Amino acid sequence: MNKNLLWKLVLSVGILLVFLFGIFGVPQSFSGQGLLTAMTNRIHLGLDLRGGTHLILQVQVNDAVTIDSDNAIEILKEQLNKRKIAFADISKPDPQNNPDRVVLKGVPPDGRKDLLDIVSERLPEYNLSSGADNTWTLAMKPQMLSDLKNKAVTQAIETIRNRIDSLGVSEPTIQEHGLGQYQILVQLPGVDDPGRVKDIMQSTAMLEIKQVLGGPFPSEQAALQDKGGILPADAILLPGHGAPGTSGGDQSWFLVSRVSAVRGKDLRDAQPSTDQNGQPNVRFELTGEGGQRFYSFTSAHVGESLGVVLDGKVQEVANIKEAIRDTGEISGGSMSQQQAKDLSMILRSGALPAGIKYLEERTVGPSLGSDSIRHGVNAAIIGMLAVLIFMLVYYRGAGINADIALILNLIILLGFMGYFEAVLTLPGIAGVILTVGMGVDSNVLIFERIREELRNGKTPPSAVDQGFSHAWITIVDTHVTTIVSAAILFIFGTGPVRGFATTLTFGLLANLFTAVFVSRLIFDWILSRKQRGEALSI
Amino acid sequence: MEFFRNPSIDFLGKKWYFLAFSLVFSVAGIFSMLFWHGIPYGVDFRGGTLVYVKFSHTPDDNALRASMDRAGLHDAKIQRYGQVSNNEVLIDLDVQETNEQALDRGKTQIINTLETNAPAGKLDLNNSSSLAIKNYLMDKDPMHLGSDADQKYTQQAQAIVDTRDKVQGGVLSSFDQLKGPVDPAAAASLPEGFFLSDFGVRNVDIVGPQVGAQLRKQALLATVYSLAGMLIYLGFRFEWIYGVAAVVTVFHDTLITVGFFSLTKTDISLTVIAAILTLIGYSNNDTIVVFDRIRENIKLMRREKLSEIVNRSINQTLSRTILTAGLTFLTVLALFLFGGEVLHGFSLALVIGILIGTYSSIAIAAPILVAYQDWRLDKGKRSGGAARSGQVVTR
Repeated sequence: MNKNLLWKLVLSVGILLVFLFGIFGVPQSFSGQGLLTAMTNRIHLGLDLRGGTHLILQVQVNDAVTIDSDNAIEILKEQLNKRKIAFADISKPDPQNNPDRVVLKGVPPDGRKDLLDIVSERLPEYNLSSGADNTWTLAMKPQMLSDLKNKAVTQAIETIRNRIDSLGVSEPTIQEHGLGQYQILVQLPGVDDPGRVKDIMQSTAMLEIKQVLGGPFPSEQAALQDKGGILPADAILLPGHGAPGTSGGDQSWFLVSRVSAVRGKDLRDAQPSTDQNGQPNVRFELTGEGGQRFYSFTSAHVGESLGVVLDGKVQEVANIKEAIRDTGEISGGSMSQQQAKDLSMILRSGALPAGIKYLEERTVGPSLGSDSIRHGVNAAIIGMLAVLIFMLVYYRGAGINADIALILNLIILLGFMGYFEAVLTLPGIAGVILTVGMGVDSNVLIFERIREELRNGKTPPSAVDQGFSHAWITIVDTHVTTIVSAAILFIFGTGPVRGFATTLTFGLLANLFTAVFVSRLIFDWILSRKQRGEALSI
Repeated sequence: MEFFRNPSIDFLGKKWYFLAFSLVFSVAGIFSMLFWHGIPYGVDFRGGTLVYVKFSHTPDDNALRASMDRAGLHDAKIQRYGQVSNNEVLIDLDVQETNEQALDRGKTQIINTLETNAPAGKLDLNNSSSLAIKNYLMDKDPMHLGSDADQKYTQQAQAIVDTRDKVQGGVLSSFDQLKGPVDPAAAASLPEGFFLSDFGVRNVDIVGPQVGAQLRKQALLATVYSLAGMLIYLGFRFEWIYGVAAVVTVFHDTLITVGFFSLTKTDISLTVIAAILTLIGYSNNDTIVVFDRIRENIKLMRREKLSEIVNRSINQTLSRTILTAGLTFLTVLALFLFGGEVLHGFSLALVIGILIGTYSSIAIAAPILVAYQDWRLDKGKRSGGAARSGQVVTR
């Protein structure tokens, strides 16, 4: 064997070993089971194969804006009162679509300078513009507005991740979903109970601790009647835990303060615990700043009630027994151990700055997943065997060459997946099968060309040479265009479809090496062992 | 072994037959899309709720439909899924029952409807999560475990769920089936708190209207970008007319494939779009192989007419075209026959697409080149300019 062939052979074997390592790593044992375990450790199965839950949710970013502008209104009122500037009305004209817009009416002309001062000192993130009849409009600066919205999404991702982590799910995916605005993709492999996950995430929405001013009332009407038909301006009516929409008749309503005493971000820690009577409760700790605020609030309201409000629903109502600075306990009448655990988890992992809405939910049962694997692998083996056998029958000697190239192609493809921690999905398995079909195209192109050259009377070495060099151009063109399709699929697709694009791309890249380089090497080796003029088996 | 030795078929001479064939199929597809079945969007694109249910016995479709009607789910479509012996049913709700305020309402309604005669106070073991089972076992403590109860019962619950899902295919029909992998004491404690319904939910897809619209847009964009990518690459590698011919060809393939889905009312899901994009790649492969040969032959046979060159090129690559198509078809057929129900639409699109894609590179792409050339020559003659044979589409 000549030197050139030798180093090519060494290179090929080296690459084979590198990719075998990519598939298996260093397996514990070399039995079938050991190899399978080693392989599944490195190549991860997608949700559709191992079962799990897939959710797409949308962050209601306007919630975060509303909170901020509510706060701005409070500051504005407080400062205007402090400077003794009269005003007729302050309101939001379009809270649905432009929650950042605040309109201030009836400010006397001599209050102009003070108003400008207030906004530039206390509300620098807002623009102030004047209209007719002493009307002023406050709107958030566009840059600030988009920052706030994006921050709401990042924070929501962070919070959801914390919560999912505390559920102990392995390999969860929680990321911004690039296809839509303010959307988050959550994938939880192996989770067979999406209901519980959603419960925990659903109640993530917004956490506030508010003063309870009245209630429980059996209905909204009853609450209104109690207050003489008009709600106090600084209060809102919220439903109790028996969530609205369910058929349960034990719906209750609470009148709570509009402004919260403590928000989710003020909490430092919360743990389930038991009180002196052995009843489950939740102990919580506040941050320094939050603690200070809570202290001044609770010391002024001892004996009154506090409500834990999640997602606009009053979850628990507790009495303020004493002024609380930074540690306290929440004990409801009949909290179960699981409830205490869930509530503390919700408190602990922080609250979302905005509510969330579910846009898509998919659950794959594990039984379907294992069926899919079986079907997919069966189809792959049958398809592959059919191709391998056909190549042997049709091209005889050269068929072995093509078969080696194909098997090597598969090894490299799987090795790539191992190295890149790519996810194998059911369409991904289809991609593997398709790679076999399309990969063999390169061999067919080359072999047909060699046969043609041989028919035209060329000697075997020159026919092989011509065959490869002519086919090479075509092979590059065909591969590039297919990889373009696959890349676009990868960019636009999610989950299973992405898995397909990945295997197809890796398969085609591997094919460039195996069908051209390795196949050529085998031909050269065969030719080097033949006498001059001896026929080539093709 | 060899199938073709020096074939010399006059493909271009048959171009009118090809055109008629393609027109019939394209027009039939377009008509179906516009006036008959429309584009049969799957749940991914139209939004809605799909629940895959497996029964322990042969389900009675009419009874199912009646009970869905009673529950107020009048638009529920019920169809058998996969082989009849699998006892699987697909329940499909429209997007109206999938509003974004309560995304999973439709699913809950379906499950409640199927569970109507459940014994009070008991849970359905066939539709309980491993966590619910673990919590039950923790409460009952049938194995009288001490400190490591949590871990032990988690294992037991997992064994129960695994037996149900992986051994029994999703539905238990008797508690006796748990014997063996599950601890006898734990298994014996189950009937007190659980009952066995006659079904298990295997898979749920709920897509809200917003995501549906978003995915529709993305799928369209992906297809358009893919075509544009081809056009640019081929325009750069060959000449713009080659790019145009390839793109028209691929568009023709896509149209016929989607038309076929419309005619047969097969749902187009996300994976079908993936298959169509693959097709675009595959059909292009085929076209490029022929084009490459044409380019090579134009240099070799300067005196020949373009139609002659094109015919020769198709014949020279015919053996390869048929072989590759056959082999790819073989793998796709394996996928179609053995790949399972989940991949049905995907492999169907590929089966159709590979047939059409192979046909079109011969019957559509090459004739476009020749037709363009004839048109240029014709125009040249009429305007009195010199006819430049062969050279129009050469480099």
